[in-house]
Amino acid sequence: MTRSHVAAFAAGALFAVGLAISGMTSPSKVVGFLDVTGAWDASLAFVMMGAVGVHAIARRIVLRRRAPLFDARFHLPTRDSLDAPLIAGAALFGVGWGLGGFCPGPAIVSAGSGEIGALVFVIGMTIGVVLEHTASRMARRMLLPES
Amino acid sequence: MNHFTPVPSLLGGILIGIAVSLLLLTHGRVAGISGVYGGLFRRGAKDRDVRFAFVAGLVFAGLVVRVFSPAAFATSWSATLPLALVAGVVVGLGTQLGGGCTSGHGVCGVSRFSTRSIVATITFMGTGGLTVYVVRHVFGAGQ
Repeated sequence: MTRSHVAAFAAGALFAVGLAISGMTSPSKVVGFLDVTGAWDASLAFVMMGAVGVHAIARRIVLRRRAPLFDARFHLPTRDSLDAPLIAGAALFGVGWGLGGFCPGPAIVSAGSGEIGALVFVIGMTIGVVLEHTASRMARRMLLPES
Repeated sequence: MNHFTPVPSLLGGILIGIAVSLLLLTHGRVAGISGVYGGLFRRGAKDRDVRFAFVAGLVFAGLVVRVFSPAAFATSWSATLPLALVAGVVVGLGTQLGGGCTSGHGVCGVSRFSTRSIVATITFMGTGGLTVYVVRHVFGAGQ
């Protein structure tokens, strides 16, 4: 256990408390947000406003540093072109989000709290994660047989 | 039926924004949950300990919130267990293929005005809305 681990643990815990306060850990709240043509509950749009509002400013301040506190460098995505896996993946994710009422963060937090439905969802999610990693590894091997 | 809760939702969002910024400051990482969690299962990942600590924080806070505020997990609707399993598999596949979820694309990516993340966010909100429309208003389920 190092200070680095404590910091990551604290960030995860703070994230979870934010999710719980915001209503994201309640599947009916999530589905109510996605149900635009029904009794639409716009609350969750405010979650994104709050999170993006804070992070858009804070990240600029943080990135003035040469490096993060516990790592030699920042690990930020650099790609910014659109491709088929991005669209297909996002589309699939949305379907699962609408079906289950959970996205990954709230599912893990709710599973931690002992919700059986969330626990089953996280088991399914883990299967999906491993399936995708295996499939993409096989696809890479077929495309690049030498490596 | 839900109540409109803009103030708690905004406050929760602000906490999420602080948490995401904290992980960037300490580890220089994007706090996308599907990315952090997915990396736990990736072969040869060197930073499993940090990922594990973050996920442990999520789980631990879930337990604590359950003790102090069980209403946070109250829901008038939830998927049946087989549906939850299927939804989970689809979310697992989709987030790894698309490289992110609500946090990685929706919060972190949108915060840096990434085209990929903005398009991904519009896409998953669109298919999420469409799915709920079909389930609720075409099949009349899950009300």
